[in-house]
Amino acid sequence: MKKNVIILGLLFSYLFTNGQDLGEIHGDFNLNMQSYLEDASINAVAADEVIRNNSYLNILFTRNNFTAGVRYESYLNALLDYDDDFKGNGIPYRFATYSTSGLEITAGNFYEQFGSGLIFRSYEEKGLGIDNAMDGIRLKYKIGNGINLKTFIAKSRTYFTYADGIFRGIDAEIDLNQAMNLTSKTKYILGGSFVSRYQQRSNPLFELPQNVGLYAGRLNLINGGWNYFGEYAYKINDPLNSIQQENVNYASGSAFTSSLTYSKKGFGITAEIHRADNMLLLSDRDRIGKAYILNYIPTLSKPHAYSLLALYPCATQAMGELGFQLDIFYKINKGTLLGGRYGTKLNFNVSRINGLNSGNSFLNDNQDHTPILISVIDEELYYSDINLEINKKLNKKVRYNLVVANQTYNKDFLEGKTPGEYGVINSTIGVLDISYKIKKGHSIRMELQTLMAKQLETASKKEEGDWVMGLAEYTISPNWFFAVQDMYNYGNEDVSKQLHYINLNVGFIKGANRFEIGYGKKREGIFCVGGVCKLVPSSNGLNFNITSSF
Amino acid sequence: MKKILFIVLALSINISFIYSQERSLPNIEVKTLDGNSFNIQELENNNNPIVISFWATWCKPCKKELNNIAEVYEEWQEETGVKIIAISIDDTRSMSKVAPYVNSSDWEYEVYLDSNSDLKRAMGVSTVPHTFLLNGKGNIVWDHRGYIDGDEDELYEKIEELGK
Repeated sequence: MKKNVIILGLLFSYLFTNGQDLGEIHGDFNLNMQSYLEDASINAVAADEVIRNNSYLNILFTRNNFTAGVRYESYLNALLDYDDDFKGNGIPYRFATYSTSGLEITAGNFYEQFGSGLIFRSYEEKGLGIDNAMDGIRLKYKIGNGINLKTFIAKSRTYFTYADGIFRGIDAEIDLNQAMNLTSKTKYILGGSFVSRYQQRSNPLFELPQNVGLYAGRLNLINGGWNYFGEYAYKINDPLNSIQQENVNYASGSAFTSSLTYSKKGFGITAEIHRADNMLLLSDRDRIGKAYILNYIPTLSKPHAYSLLALYPCATQAMGELGFQLDIFYKINKGTLLGGRYGTKLNFNVSRINGLNSGNSFLNDNQDHTPILISVIDEELYYSDINLEINKKLNKKVRYNLVVANQTYNKDFLEGKTPGEYGVINSTIGVLDISYKIKKGHSIRMELQTLMAKQLETASKKEEGDWVMGLAEYTISPNWFFAVQDMYNYGNEDVSKQLHYINLNVGFIKGANRFEIGYGKKREGIFCVGGVCKLVPSSNGLNFNITSSF
Repeated sequence: MKKILFIVLALSINISFIYSQERSLPNIEVKTLDGNSFNIQELENNNNPIVISFWATWCKPCKKELNNIAEVYEEWQEETGVKIIAISIDDTRSMSKVAPYVNSSDWEYEVYLDSNSDLKRAMGVSTVPHTFLLNGKGNIVWDHRGYIDGDEDELYEKIEELGK
């Protein structure tokens, strides 16, 4: 107790001696509560706790070049779509950082990414239940003009603990135009990075590398509306999951990604290609699951926001895939026949992802096989999507968004089913989203969606078939929204599964506070962000969310 | 014990009184669309207000907000001198679509990339869109979560209040 009094006394004197220049304290809070009722029709199970809850409070203190922060997390118990290992309360995130004369020093937790993330990315994605924050020391240093260095030594967070591997990394980036005072119109940025994981050799059967190294090089060229980015990455042999295997694989891994974009007023185009072969980096070689992944190879497909367009999402296959994607953005000028009074915006997108020739290096290591670098024909198709989005404002009151798409989804492969079980699902999807402004502040929005699915006759199990979805939303700016939606699986061949998934939501927003309460049924499904996915179990219940910041 | 409670209380009142005065921008670097690093504290607009809007190419309400404001932006600028900054939180997956989307949409905003969410975290943004209003001194005076049709009217009222 005496100690506390002394500390408080010290704080007090600090307060008075420093006057007004005390720095700032800010933070944000997030609460997600959900009740789970039993509903046999959709296989939803009741939670023993009845109500489950995930909550977070972030607090940041800054003063001049110093920042310190903590995050309190509470899982009592975690929502059912989270891994069970998120359990209890704690402060798994705390850090202090300061910068002086171009050097920035961080101790504690930090998030970091090298290049495009092929060999290293530490990030958080609360919706997915991913938080692989690092814990250790990180230095960032600006050496003169246009040269930036980053280096760290740290462990990676998994749930409320840290994975076994110790990571060391260094990344350098040079802006040649700045560094060499080039007057060239083209901007050249070069980068290189190296990451190494140390994990003690504990397996008596296999000679496993204790230090696994990865390196990558990248190039970015920018000239006017043109932008090229390319990165190549390599990983030395890193046998995974050795505890459970009789044979382990000593193949090395590699990946590249490349994108070219051009844009000008009213027009833009992006063309991308990537290839990954045995390129999974885990924070513990003997664990599996998304919580342990420490590099980032996002899927090359459009992230869809409408429910039926995202019903069959694509997960990245870091062990072996080749993907292409093309996006064209075009605005038809106003005053033309198709442009109307306000102009019409178009976005055409096509993507295609397939396997590597006769399997990846990982599968073929023992047969001295190297897959062909770029190969499309005769490859197993994993996913493809071709879609067109039209966005148009008709007049002062009405605006709409229309999307048509055709997607092919290799369910057997992407969901790890037996070949022939569900086969490949081809779906044609249409979405119409209309907003209508009733009067100042009052608007109504409707969504109508339809999905027609085709499945091979030879499949031994039947997929869910056709869906329709409708949504109506009434909003009163700036404070209220009310929404009702129904997803209806009318095309299910099993009549007992032709179900309605109805959801009601009410939200109140005032400045930086937002409250939302909802009730409804959720379909079991796969939810993905950036090609990393989680399985969301079916549920029936009430949910309550608060987000707030100060 | 009572004494300690009293000290804690006095201290917390004191802190809240002094700390709640101003909210400034964090010391974080983002990228410009042409590959340069930019420290967000260097934002300036000749002592006129600044709006910072967090968005992403995959976020429908974000694009709706920025597209709706784009239609009245010229008018807003003439009346109040306001400048709008659009911070994209697109990561590697969709970052290469930011420039094509922005240019094809004909946005006149300053656009920056925050591809590993460093600025997003430092400003307490948990979901997009999230809009901040800065006064002429560069301090945050108002912020708003989410976007529903018509929210730009409230934002404009707040911008006008700053000019008075």
